[in-house]
Amino acid sequence: MKNLVILGAGTAGTMMLNKMDAMLDSSQWQITIVDQFETHYYQPGFLFIPFGIYSRKDVIKPKRDFFPSGTNVVMSEIDRIEPEQNRVLLKNNVVLNYDLLIVATGAKVAPGEIEGMQEDLWYKNIFDFYTIEGACALGEFFRHWEGGKLVLNVAEMPIKCPVAPLEFVFLADWWFTEQGIRDKVDIHYVTPLPGAFTKPRASGILGDFLDLKNIHLTSEFNISRVDNEEKKIVSWDETEVPFDVLVTIPTNMGDAAIERSGMGDELNFIPTDKHTLQSEAHENIFVIGDATNLPSSKAGSVAHFQADILAENLMSFIEGRPLRGKFDGHANCFIESGFGKGILIDFNYDTEPLPGKFPLPGVGPFSLLEETEMNHYGKIMFRWMYWNFLLRGKELPIESHMSMAGKRM
Amino acid sequence: METRELAGAAIAFDEDGHMANRQEWNENVALALAKEEGIDELNDRHWIVLNFMRKVFDEMGDAPSIRKLTKESGVNTKELYQLFPKGPAKKAAKIAGLPKPKGCI
Ligand SMILES: Cc1cc2nc3c(=O)[nH]c(=O)nc-3n(C[C@H](O)[C@H](O)[C@H](O)COP(=O)(O)OP(=O)(O)OC[C@H]3O[C@@H](n4cnc5c(N)ncnc54)[C@H](O)[C@@H]3O)c2cc1C
Repeated sequence: MKNLVILGAGTAGTMMLNKMDAMLDSSQWQITIVDQFETHYYQPGFLFIPFGIYSRKDVIKPKRDFFPSGTNVVMSEIDRIEPEQNRVLLKNNVVLNYDLLIVATGAKVAPGEIEGMQEDLWYKNIFDFYTIEGACALGEFFRHWEGGKLVLNVAEMPIKCPVAPLEFVFLADWWFTEQGIRDKVDIHYVTPLPGAFTKPRASGILGDFLDLKNIHLTSEFNISRVDNEEKKIVSWDETEVPFDVLVTIPTNMGDAAIERSGMGDELNFIPTDKHTLQSEAHENIFVIGDATNLPSSKAGSVAHFQADILAENLMSFIEGRPLRGKFDGHANCFIESGFGKGILIDFNYDTEPLPGKFPLPGVGPFSLLEETEMNHYGKIMFRWMYWNFLLRGKELPIESHMSMAGKRM
Repeated sequence: METRELAGAAIAFDEDGHMANRQEWNENVALALAKEEGIDELNDRHWIVLNFMRKVFDEMGDAPSIRKLTKESGVNTKELYQLFPKGPAKKAAKIAGLPKPKGCI
Protein backbone atom coordinates (compact mmCIF):
# COMPACT_ATOMS: atom_id res chain seq x y z
CA MET A 1 0.00 0.00 0.00
CA LYS A 2 1.31 3.45 -0.87
CA ASN A 3 0.51 6.65 0.97
CA LEU A 4 -0.68 9.95 -0.41
CA VAL A 5 -0.78 12.55 2.35
CA ILE A 6 -2.58 15.89 1.91
CA LEU A 7 -1.74 18.65 4.38
CA GLY A 8 -4.58 21.15 4.85
CA ALA A 9 -8.28 20.53 4.18
CA GLY A 10 -9.22 24.00 2.97
CA THR A 11 -10.28 24.86 -0.57
CA ALA A 12 -7.34 23.29 -2.38
CA GLY A 13 -6.74 20.27 -0.13
CA THR A 14 -10.41 19.23 -0.20
CA MET A 15 -10.56 19.56 -3.98
CA MET A 16 -7.42 17.47 -4.40
CA LEU A 17 -8.74 14.83 -2.01
CA ASN A 18 -11.89 14.40 -4.08
CA LYS A 19 -10.04 14.36 -7.38
CA MET A 20 -7.38 11.88 -6.28
CA ASP A 21 -9.93 9.65 -4.56
CA ALA A 22 -11.71 9.31 -7.90
CA MET A 23 -8.49 8.71 -9.86
CA LEU A 24 -6.35 6.47 -7.65
CA ASP A 25 -6.81 2.70 -7.26
CA SER A 26 -7.92 2.24 -3.64
CA SER A 27 -6.31 -1.21 -3.44
CA GLN A 28 -2.92 0.45 -3.99
CA TRP A 29 -3.22 3.90 -2.42
CA GLN A 30 -4.33 5.07 0.99
CA ILE A 31 -5.16 8.78 1.10
CA THR A 32 -4.73 10.68 4.38
CA ILE A 33 -5.78 14.30 4.92
CA VAL A 34 -4.69 16.42 7.88
CA ASP A 35 -6.20 19.61 9.27
CA GLN A 36 -6.35 21.29 12.66
CA PHE A 37 -10.01 22.43 12.49
CA GLU A 38 -13.31 20.57 11.92
CA THR A 39 -15.00 23.61 10.34
CA HIS A 40 -14.62 24.70 6.73
CA TYR A 41 -14.92 28.45 6.24
CA TYR A 42 -16.08 29.90 2.94
CA GLN A 43 -13.56 32.76 3.04
CA PRO A 44 -14.99 34.76 0.09
CA GLY A 45 -18.10 35.16 2.28
CA PHE A 46 -16.10 37.06 4.95
CA LEU A 47 -16.34 40.15 2.73
CA PHE A 48 -20.11 40.35 3.21
CA ILE A 49 -20.20 39.88 7.00
CA PRO A 50 -19.24 43.46 8.03
CA PHE A 51 -22.24 44.72 6.02
CA GLY A 52 -24.70 42.26 7.56
CA ILE A 53 -25.30 40.49 4.22
CA TYR A 54 -23.96 37.18 5.54
CA SER A 55 -23.54 36.05 9.13
CA ARG A 56 -21.25 33.40 10.54
CA LYS A 57 -23.66 30.58 9.85
CA ASP A 58 -23.73 31.42 6.12
CA VAL A 59 -20.03 30.73 5.66
CA ILE A 60 -19.42 27.50 7.59
CA LYS A 61 -19.91 23.79 7.02
CA PRO A 62 -18.30 20.73 8.59
CA LYS A 63 -15.14 19.76 6.68
CA ARG A 64 -16.07 16.10 6.88
CA ASP A 65 -19.17 16.65 4.72
CA PHE A 66 -16.80 17.03 1.78
CA PHE A 67 -14.54 14.04 2.38
CA PRO A 68 -15.18 10.85 0.40
CA SER A 69 -15.69 7.65 2.45
CA GLY A 70 -12.53 5.63 2.97
CA THR A 71 -10.39 8.74 3.58
CA ASN A 72 -8.10 8.57 6.58
CA VAL A 73 -8.84 11.87 8.36
CA VAL A 74 -6.44 13.15 11.02
CA MET A 75 -7.41 16.21 13.06
CA SER A 76 -4.25 17.71 14.48
CA GLU A 77 -1.96 20.65 14.04
CA ILE A 78 0.96 19.86 11.76
CA ASP A 79 4.26 20.32 13.51
CA ARG A 80 6.65 19.91 10.60
CA ILE A 81 7.47 18.10 7.39
CA GLU A 82 10.75 16.17 7.25
CA PRO A 83 11.19 15.99 3.49
CA GLU A 84 14.44 14.00 3.61
CA GLN A 85 12.69 11.28 5.67
CA ASN A 86 9.45 11.46 3.64
CA ARG A 87 7.41 11.97 6.76
CA VAL A 88 5.24 14.49 8.57
CA LEU A 89 5.25 15.02 12.34
CA LEU A 90 1.97 16.08 13.91
CA LYS A 91 1.43 17.91 17.19
CA ASN A 92 -0.60 14.96 18.50
CA ASN A 93 2.63 12.91 18.21
CA VAL A 94 1.43 10.92 15.20
CA VAL A 95 4.03 10.41 12.47
CA LEU A 96 2.78 10.06 8.89
CA ASN A 97 5.01 8.46 6.27
CA TYR A 98 4.28 9.35 2.67
CA ASP A 99 5.22 8.34 -0.84
CA LEU A 100 3.60 11.43 -2.26
CA LEU A 101 2.79 14.66 -0.42
CA ILE A 102 0.45 17.52 -1.36
CA VAL A 103 0.91 20.70 0.69
CA ALA A 104 -2.23 22.86 0.81
CA THR A 105 -1.79 24.73 4.08
CA GLY A 106 -2.85 28.09 2.61
CA ALA A 107 -1.99 31.59 3.81
CA LYS A 108 -3.16 33.61 6.77
CA VAL A 109 -2.92 37.14 8.09
CA ALA A 110 -0.08 38.11 10.41
CA PRO A 111 -1.04 41.45 12.02
CA GLY A 112 1.88 41.08 14.46
CA GLU A 113 4.25 41.87 11.57
CA ILE A 114 3.29 45.55 11.77
CA GLU A 115 4.36 47.65 14.73
CA GLY A 116 1.43 48.91 16.81
CA MET A 117 -1.21 46.94 14.93
CA GLN A 118 -2.34 44.70 17.77
CA GLU A 119 -2.20 47.22 20.58
CA ASP A 120 -4.88 49.41 22.24
CA LEU A 121 -7.10 49.94 19.22
CA TRP A 122 -7.12 46.33 17.93
CA TYR A 123 -10.75 45.22 17.53
CA LYS A 124 -11.84 48.59 18.94
CA ASN A 125 -11.04 50.90 16.01
CA ILE A 126 -8.82 48.58 13.98
CA PHE A 127 -10.23 45.46 12.29
CA ASP A 128 -9.35 42.95 9.63
CA PHE A 129 -12.00 41.11 7.62
CA TYR A 130 -9.74 38.25 6.43
CA THR A 131 -10.62 36.23 9.55
CA ILE A 132 -14.08 35.24 10.78
CA GLU A 133 -13.39 36.95 14.12
CA GLY A 134 -12.34 40.22 12.47
CA ALA A 135 -15.24 40.23 10.01
CA CYS A 136 -17.81 39.67 12.80
CA ALA A 137 -16.24 42.29 15.11
CA LEU A 138 -16.24 44.87 12.29
CA GLY A 139 -19.91 44.10 11.55
CA GLU A 140 -20.70 44.79 15.18
CA PHE A 141 -18.74 48.06 15.05
CA PHE A 142 -20.41 49.30 11.84
CA ARG A 143 -23.88 48.77 13.28
CA HIS A 144 -23.26 51.54 15.81
CA TRP A 145 -20.87 53.78 13.90
CA GLU A 146 -22.05 57.26 13.01
CA GLY A 147 -19.42 58.14 10.46
CA GLY A 148 -15.93 59.59 10.18
CA LYS A 149 -12.73 58.56 8.42
CA LEU A 150 -12.78 54.97 7.16
CA VAL A 151 -9.32 53.92 5.99
CA LEU A 152 -8.62 50.63 4.25
CA ASN A 153 -4.92 49.73 4.19
CA VAL A 154 -3.20 46.87 2.39
CA ALA A 155 0.02 46.29 4.34
CA GLU A 156 2.15 44.46 1.77
CA MET A 157 1.80 42.23 -1.27
CA PRO A 158 1.09 39.44 -1.98
CA ILE A 159 -2.30 39.02 -0.30
CA LYS A 160 -5.02 36.46 -0.93
CA CYS A 161 -7.77 37.59 -3.23
CA PRO A 162 -6.13 40.90 -4.24
CA VAL A 163 -9.52 42.29 -5.34
CA ALA A 164 -11.22 41.77 -1.94
CA PRO A 165 -9.97 45.11 -0.46
CA LEU A 166 -11.41 46.98 -3.47
CA GLU A 167 -14.68 45.12 -3.12
CA PHE A 168 -14.71 46.13 0.51
CA VAL A 169 -14.57 49.87 -0.23
CA PHE A 170 -17.11 49.55 -3.08
CA LEU A 171 -19.49 47.79 -0.70
CA ALA A 172 -18.81 50.35 2.03
CA ASP A 173 -19.79 53.13 -0.40
CA TRP A 174 -23.08 51.30 -1.12
CA TRP A 175 -23.78 50.32 2.50
CA PHE A 176 -23.25 53.76 4.02
CA THR A 177 -25.44 55.23 1.25
CA GLU A 178 -28.18 52.76 2.27
CA GLN A 179 -27.70 53.77 5.91
CA GLY A 180 -28.18 57.40 4.90
CA ILE A 181 -24.77 58.51 6.26
CA ARG A 182 -22.55 58.33 3.15
CA ASP A 183 -21.98 62.11 3.39
CA LYS A 184 -20.53 61.60 6.88
CA VAL A 185 -18.16 58.80 5.85
CA ASP A 186 -14.88 59.61 4.19
CA ILE A 187 -13.58 56.44 2.45
CA HIS A 188 -9.85 56.22 1.79
CA TYR A 189 -8.07 53.35 0.00
CA VAL A 190 -4.36 53.15 0.91
CA THR A 191 -2.19 50.64 -0.97
CA PRO A 192 1.52 49.86 -1.51
CA LEU A 193 0.79 49.32 -5.24
CA PRO A 194 1.28 52.10 -7.80
CA GLY A 195 -2.50 52.05 -8.47
CA ALA A 196 -5.79 50.37 -7.56
CA PHE A 197 -4.75 46.84 -8.65
CA THR A 198 -1.78 44.65 -9.54
CA LYS A 199 -2.29 44.67 -13.33
CA PRO A 200 -1.95 48.02 -15.18
CA ARG A 201 -4.98 47.96 -17.49
CA ALA A 202 -7.44 46.72 -14.85
CA SER A 203 -5.80 49.10 -12.38
CA GLY A 204 -6.75 52.06 -14.59
CA ILE A 205 -10.34 50.95 -15.00
CA LEU A 206 -10.78 50.04 -11.31
CA GLY A 207 -9.15 53.35 -10.36
CA ASP A 208 -11.86 55.14 -12.37
CA PHE A 209 -14.48 53.27 -10.34
CA LEU A 210 -12.87 54.57 -7.14
CA ASP A 211 -13.17 58.13 -8.49
CA LEU A 212 -16.78 57.63 -9.55
CA LYS A 213 -17.67 56.35 -6.11
CA ASN A 214 -15.87 59.21 -4.42
CA ILE A 215 -13.28 56.96 -2.77
CA HIS A 216 -9.94 58.62 -2.15
CA LEU A 217 -6.83 56.66 -3.33
CA THR A 218 -3.32 56.84 -1.86
CA SER A 219 -0.86 54.60 -3.71
CA GLU A 220 2.76 53.55 -2.99
CA PHE A 221 2.11 53.70 0.75
CA ASN A 222 4.25 51.14 2.62
CA ILE A 223 3.07 50.98 6.22
CA SER A 224 5.72 50.97 8.93
CA ARG A 225 3.56 51.41 12.04
CA VAL A 226 0.23 52.29 13.59
CA ASP A 227 0.14 55.26 15.96
CA ASN A 228 -2.57 54.24 18.47
CA GLU A 229 -2.57 57.55 20.34
CA GLU A 230 -3.06 59.82 17.35
CA LYS A 231 -5.04 57.24 15.37
CA LYS A 232 -2.95 57.32 12.22
CA ILE A 233 -0.92 54.97 10.06
CA VAL A 234 2.60 56.02 9.17
CA SER A 235 4.60 54.85 6.14
CA TRP A 236 8.34 54.09 6.04
CA ASP A 237 8.89 57.48 4.38
CA GLU A 238 6.83 59.24 7.09
CA THR A 239 3.62 59.89 5.16
CA GLU A 240 0.69 59.84 7.60
CA VAL A 241 -2.94 58.89 7.09
CA PRO A 242 -5.34 59.60 9.99
CA PHE A 243 -8.32 57.29 10.62
CA ASP A 244 -11.35 56.86 12.85
CA VAL A 245 -11.67 53.24 11.84
CA LEU A 246 -8.86 51.31 10.17
CA VAL A 247 -9.63 48.20 8.15
CA THR A 248 -6.32 46.46 7.65
CA ILE A 249 -5.27 43.70 5.29
CA PRO A 250 -2.21 42.67 7.32
CA THR A 251 0.81 40.87 5.88
CA ASN A 252 -0.25 37.47 4.51
CA MET A 253 2.04 34.55 5.31
CA GLY A 254 2.24 30.81 4.84
CA ASP A 255 1.81 28.65 7.95
CA ALA A 256 4.52 28.50 10.63
CA ALA A 257 4.75 24.72 10.04
CA ILE A 258 6.37 25.54 6.67
CA GLU A 259 8.98 27.67 8.41
CA ARG A 260 9.62 24.90 10.97
CA SER A 261 10.14 22.51 8.05
CA GLY A 262 12.71 24.86 6.49
CA MET A 263 10.73 24.79 3.24
CA GLY A 264 9.55 28.38 2.86
CA ASP A 265 10.74 31.77 1.62
CA GLU A 266 10.72 34.96 3.76
CA LEU A 267 6.92 34.83 3.94
CA ASN A 268 6.76 31.03 4.49
CA PHE A 269 5.56 30.41 0.94
CA ILE A 270 6.99 27.30 -0.70
CA PRO A 271 9.13 27.73 -3.84
CA THR A 272 7.10 25.84 -6.45
CA ASP A 273 7.43 25.29 -10.20
CA LYS A 274 4.94 27.79 -11.61
CA HIS A 275 3.79 25.45 -14.38
CA THR A 276 3.93 21.90 -12.93
CA LEU A 277 3.23 22.75 -9.24
CA GLN A 278 6.05 20.43 -8.12
CA SER A 279 8.04 21.82 -5.19
CA GLU A 280 11.41 23.09 -6.37
CA ALA A 281 13.33 21.22 -3.68
CA HIS A 282 11.65 17.78 -3.50
CA GLU A 283 10.26 15.82 -6.41
CA ASN A 284 7.60 13.87 -4.44
CA ILE A 285 6.16 17.05 -2.87
CA PHE A 286 3.58 19.09 -4.77
CA VAL A 287 2.10 22.40 -3.63
CA ILE A 288 -1.25 23.98 -4.46
CA GLY A 289 -3.27 27.08 -3.61
CA ASP A 290 -2.20 29.91 -1.34
CA ALA A 291 0.75 27.94 0.09
CA THR A 292 2.83 28.33 -3.10
CA ASN A 293 5.11 31.22 -4.03
CA LEU A 294 3.61 31.41 -7.54
CA PRO A 295 3.20 34.87 -9.10
CA SER A 296 -0.49 34.11 -9.72
CA SER A 297 -3.33 35.51 -7.58
CA LYS A 298 -4.01 33.67 -4.33
CA ALA A 299 -7.67 32.78 -4.89
CA GLY A 300 -10.06 29.88 -4.71
CA SER A 301 -10.75 30.11 -8.44
CA VAL A 302 -7.01 29.89 -9.09
CA ALA A 303 -6.67 26.85 -6.81
CA HIS A 304 -9.51 25.29 -8.80
CA PHE A 305 -7.70 25.77 -12.11
CA GLN A 306 -4.50 24.46 -10.53
CA ALA A 307 -6.29 21.36 -9.23
CA ASP A 308 -7.04 19.98 -12.72
CA ILE A 309 -3.41 20.43 -13.74
CA LEU A 310 -2.04 19.01 -10.50
CA ALA A 311 -4.24 15.88 -10.68
CA GLU A 312 -2.93 15.20 -14.19
CA ASN A 313 0.68 15.73 -13.10
CA LEU A 314 0.34 13.51 -10.03
CA MET A 315 -0.91 10.64 -12.20
CA SER A 316 2.02 11.17 -14.56
CA PHE A 317 4.45 11.26 -11.63
CA ILE A 318 3.05 8.02 -10.18
CA GLU A 319 3.34 6.30 -13.56
CA GLY A 320 6.84 7.64 -14.16
CA ARG A 321 5.85 9.81 -17.11
CA PRO A 322 7.02 13.42 -17.67
CA LEU A 323 4.85 16.15 -16.12
CA ARG A 324 2.89 17.56 -19.04
CA GLY A 325 0.27 19.62 -17.23
CA LYS A 326 1.26 23.28 -17.35
CA PHE A 327 -0.56 25.82 -15.21
CA ASP A 328 -0.79 29.18 -17.00
CA GLY A 329 -1.64 31.40 -14.01
CA HIS A 330 -5.34 31.54 -14.93
CA ALA A 331 -7.43 33.62 -12.52
CA ASN A 332 -11.08 34.58 -12.77
CA CYS A 333 -12.55 36.96 -10.20
CA PHE A 334 -15.97 38.47 -9.70
CA ILE A 335 -15.57 41.87 -8.10
CA GLU A 336 -18.58 42.96 -6.09
CA SER A 337 -18.99 46.68 -6.80
CA GLY A 338 -22.04 47.62 -4.71
CA PHE A 339 -25.64 48.62 -5.60
CA GLY A 340 -26.33 45.08 -6.86
CA LYS A 341 -23.62 45.16 -9.49
CA GLY A 342 -20.32 43.46 -10.13
CA ILE A 343 -17.25 43.54 -12.38
CA LEU A 344 -15.54 40.41 -13.76
CA ILE A 345 -11.85 39.99 -14.60
CA ASP A 346 -10.11 37.02 -16.26
CA PHE A 347 -6.33 36.84 -16.74
CA ASN A 348 -3.16 34.70 -16.53
CA TYR A 349 0.63 35.01 -16.14
CA ASP A 350 1.09 36.63 -19.55
CA THR A 351 -2.18 38.34 -20.42
CA GLU A 352 -3.65 41.05 -18.25
CA PRO A 353 -7.42 41.44 -17.76
CA LEU A 354 -9.13 42.57 -20.98
CA PRO A 355 -12.68 43.75 -21.74
CA GLY A 356 -15.16 41.47 -23.59
CA LYS A 357 -17.75 38.76 -22.89
CA PHE A 358 -17.35 35.61 -20.77
CA PRO A 359 -17.39 32.59 -20.89
CA LEU A 360 -19.18 32.50 -24.30
CA PRO A 361 -17.53 34.90 -26.80
CA GLY A 362 -19.91 37.70 -27.81
CA VAL A 363 -22.70 36.27 -25.63
CA GLY A 364 -21.58 36.25 -22.02
CA PRO A 365 -23.71 36.25 -19.92
CA PHE A 366 -20.91 37.95 -17.99
CA SER A 367 -19.13 41.14 -19.10
CA LEU A 368 -15.42 41.57 -18.49
CA LEU A 369 -14.20 44.80 -16.87
CA GLU A 370 -17.69 46.31 -16.93
CA GLU A 371 -20.10 46.88 -14.09
CA THR A 372 -23.30 44.81 -14.59
CA GLU A 373 -26.05 43.19 -12.53
CA MET A 374 -25.31 39.82 -14.12
CA ASN A 375 -21.76 39.92 -12.77
CA HIS A 376 -23.19 40.46 -9.29
CA TYR A 377 -25.30 37.31 -9.67
CA GLY A 378 -22.13 35.48 -10.70
CA LYS A 379 -20.55 36.47 -7.40
CA ILE A 380 -23.59 35.39 -5.39
CA MET A 381 -23.80 32.09 -7.29
CA PHE A 382 -20.14 31.45 -6.59
CA ARG A 383 -20.94 30.37 -3.01
CA TRP A 384 -23.36 27.72 -4.26
CA MET A 385 -20.87 26.53 -6.86
CA TYR A 386 -18.15 26.46 -4.21
CA TRP A 387 -20.00 24.12 -1.85
CA ASN A 388 -21.63 21.95 -4.51
CA PHE A 389 -19.08 21.71 -7.30
CA LEU A 390 -15.70 23.20 -6.53
CA LEU A 391 -14.91 21.50 -3.20
CA ARG A 392 -16.26 18.19 -4.45
CA GLY A 393 -13.79 18.32 -7.32
CA LYS A 394 -16.51 18.39 -9.99
CA GLU A 395 -16.05 20.12 -13.32
CA LEU A 396 -17.16 23.74 -13.75
CA PRO A 397 -18.05 25.03 -17.23
CA ILE A 398 -14.83 27.06 -17.35
CA GLU A 399 -11.54 25.92 -18.89
CA SER A 400 -8.46 25.56 -16.68
CA HIS A 401 -6.38 27.41 -19.26
CA MET A 402 -7.32 30.99 -20.02
CA SER A 403 -9.03 31.60 -23.35
CA MET A 404 -8.68 34.72 -25.54
CA ALA A 405 -12.06 34.14 -27.24
CA GLY A 406 -14.51 37.01 -26.76
CA LYS A 407 -11.87 39.44 -25.52
CA ARG A 408 -11.01 42.82 -27.02
CA MET A 409 -7.32 43.74 -27.23
CA MET B 1 12.14 46.28 -25.99
CA GLU B 2 13.43 49.81 -26.28
CA THR B 3 16.95 51.22 -26.62
CA ARG B 4 17.98 54.48 -25.01
CA GLU B 5 21.21 56.41 -24.65
CA LEU B 6 22.46 56.48 -21.07
CA ALA B 7 25.87 57.51 -19.67
CA GLY B 8 27.19 57.65 -23.24
CA ALA B 9 26.12 54.16 -24.27
CA ALA B 10 23.10 52.64 -26.03
CA ILE B 11 21.25 50.59 -23.43
CA ALA B 12 18.38 48.15 -24.06
CA PHE B 13 15.36 48.10 -21.72
CA ASP B 14 12.65 45.46 -21.22
CA GLU B 15 8.90 46.11 -21.07
CA ASP B 16 9.06 46.87 -17.34
CA GLY B 17 11.62 49.61 -18.00
CA HIS B 18 14.45 47.56 -16.45
CA MET B 19 17.74 46.88 -18.27
CA ALA B 20 17.48 44.00 -20.71
CA ASN B 21 21.21 43.05 -20.80
CA ARG B 22 23.25 42.93 -17.65
CA GLN B 23 26.53 43.14 -19.61
CA GLU B 24 25.70 46.73 -20.52
CA TRP B 25 25.61 47.72 -16.83
CA ASN B 26 28.43 49.58 -15.07
CA GLU B 27 28.71 52.08 -12.23
CA ASN B 28 28.13 55.08 -14.49
CA VAL B 29 25.02 53.52 -15.93
CA ALA B 30 23.87 52.83 -12.35
CA LEU B 31 24.30 56.48 -11.46
CA ALA B 32 22.37 57.61 -14.55
CA LEU B 33 19.57 55.17 -13.69
CA ALA B 34 19.53 56.44 -10.10
CA LYS B 35 19.13 60.03 -11.33
CA GLU B 36 16.12 58.95 -13.41
CA GLU B 37 14.62 57.61 -10.17
CA GLY B 38 15.22 60.92 -8.40
CA ILE B 39 18.32 59.76 -6.48
CA ASP B 40 21.12 62.23 -7.17
CA GLU B 41 24.04 60.43 -5.61
CA LEU B 42 24.96 56.83 -4.83
CA ASN B 43 26.80 56.63 -1.51
CA ASP B 44 28.38 53.65 0.32
CA ARG B 45 25.06 52.62 1.83
CA HIS B 46 23.39 52.57 -1.59
CA TRP B 47 26.24 50.41 -2.87
CA ILE B 48 25.88 47.90 -0.02
CA VAL B 49 22.29 47.36 -1.14
CA LEU B 50 23.07 47.33 -4.86
CA ASN B 51 25.91 44.85 -4.49
CA PHE B 52 23.79 42.64 -2.26
CA MET B 53 21.04 42.69 -4.90
CA ARG B 54 23.47 41.63 -7.62
CA LYS B 55 24.92 38.86 -5.46
CA VAL B 56 21.49 37.42 -4.62
CA PHE B 57 20.46 37.61 -8.26
CA ASP B 58 23.56 35.65 -9.30
CA GLU B 59 22.79 32.96 -6.72
CA MET B 60 19.00 32.74 -6.99
CA GLY B 61 18.08 34.05 -10.43
CA ASP B 62 15.74 36.64 -8.90
CA ALA B 63 16.26 39.96 -7.12
CA PRO B 64 15.51 39.82 -3.36
CA SER B 65 12.29 41.04 -1.77
CA ILE B 66 12.26 43.90 0.73
CA ARG B 67 12.01 41.32 3.54
CA LYS B 68 15.10 39.51 2.40
CA LEU B 69 16.92 42.83 2.06
CA THR B 70 15.99 43.79 5.63
CA LYS B 71 17.00 40.41 7.00
CA GLU B 72 20.27 39.88 5.17
CA SER B 73 21.71 43.05 3.58
CA GLY B 74 22.66 44.75 6.85
CA VAL B 75 20.49 47.79 6.02
CA ASN B 76 17.20 48.08 7.93
CA THR B 77 13.79 48.84 6.41
CA LYS B 78 13.71 52.45 7.57
CA GLU B 79 17.06 53.21 5.95
CA LEU B 80 16.14 51.27 2.80
CA TYR B 81 13.22 53.64 2.29
CA GLN B 82 15.49 56.63 2.90
CA LEU B 83 18.01 55.38 0.35
CA PHE B 84 15.47 54.28 -2.26
CA PRO B 85 12.23 56.18 -1.55
CA LYS B 86 8.83 54.59 -2.28
CA GLY B 87 9.83 51.09 -3.40
CA PRO B 88 13.32 50.00 -2.31
CA ALA B 89 13.21 46.46 -3.71
CA LYS B 90 11.99 47.56 -7.11
CA LYS B 91 14.08 50.72 -7.38
CA ALA B 92 17.29 49.07 -6.25
CA ALA B 93 16.74 46.21 -8.73
CA LYS B 94 16.30 48.74 -11.50
CA ILE B 95 19.43 50.69 -10.61
CA ALA B 96 21.42 47.45 -10.18
CA GLY B 97 20.57 46.60 -13.80
CA LEU B 98 18.40 43.61 -12.83
CA PRO B 99 14.93 42.64 -14.07
CA LYS B 100 11.87 43.55 -12.00
CA PRO B 101 11.72 41.14 -9.01
CA LYS B 102 9.23 38.33 -9.67
CA GLY B 103 7.59 38.92 -6.28
CA CYS B 104 6.61 42.47 -7.31
CA ILE B 105 3.28 41.71 -8.95
C1 LIG C 1 -11.92 37.98 2.61
C2 LIG C 1 -11.56 37.01 1.54
C3 LIG C 1 -12.25 37.04 0.33
C4 LIG C 1 -11.95 36.14 -0.68
N1 LIG C 1 -12.67 36.21 -1.85
C5 LIG C 1 -12.42 35.31 -2.83
C6 LIG C 1 -13.19 35.30 -4.04
O1 LIG C 1 -14.13 36.10 -4.22
N2 LIG C 1 -12.90 34.40 -4.99
C7 LIG C 1 -11.90 33.49 -4.83
O2 LIG C 1 -11.68 32.68 -5.73
N3 LIG C 1 -11.12 33.48 -3.71
C8 LIG C 1 -11.37 34.35 -2.70
N4 LIG C 1 -10.62 34.32 -1.56
C9 LIG C 1 -9.43 33.45 -1.47
C10 LIG C 1 -9.72 32.00 -1.15
O3 LIG C 1 -10.51 31.88 -0.01
C11 LIG C 1 -8.38 31.29 -0.93
O4 LIG C 1 -7.52 31.59 -1.99
C12 LIG C 1 -8.55 29.79 -0.87
O5 LIG C 1 -9.30 29.44 0.25
C13 LIG C 1 -7.18 29.10 -0.81
O6 LIG C 1 -7.29 27.75 -0.57
P1 LIG C 1 -6.14 26.95 0.17
O7 LIG C 1 -6.63 25.54 0.23
O8 LIG C 1 -4.83 27.21 -0.46
O9 LIG C 1 -6.07 27.55 1.65
P2 LIG C 1 -7.19 27.47 2.79
O10 LIG C 1 -8.54 27.29 2.17
O11 LIG C 1 -6.98 28.65 3.64
O12 LIG C 1 -6.87 26.14 3.58
C14 LIG C 1 -5.70 25.91 4.34
C15 LIG C 1 -6.04 24.82 5.35
O13 LIG C 1 -4.82 24.35 5.95
C16 LIG C 1 -5.02 24.19 7.33
N5 LIG C 1 -3.71 24.33 8.00
C17 LIG C 1 -2.78 25.30 7.79
N6 LIG C 1 -1.72 25.13 8.59
C18 LIG C 1 -1.98 24.02 9.33
C19 LIG C 1 -1.25 23.33 10.36
N7 LIG C 1 -0.05 23.74 10.78
N8 LIG C 1 -1.82 22.22 10.90
C20 LIG C 1 -3.04 21.78 10.46
N9 LIG C 1 -3.76 22.39 9.52
C21 LIG C 1 -3.24 23.50 8.96
C22 LIG C 1 -6.00 25.28 7.72
O14 LIG C 1 -6.68 24.97 8.91
C23 LIG C 1 -6.92 25.32 6.49
O15 LIG C 1 -8.05 24.46 6.64
C24 LIG C 1 -10.91 35.19 -0.50
C25 LIG C 1 -10.22 35.14 0.72
C26 LIG C 1 -10.53 36.03 1.73
C27 LIG C 1 -9.79 35.97 3.04
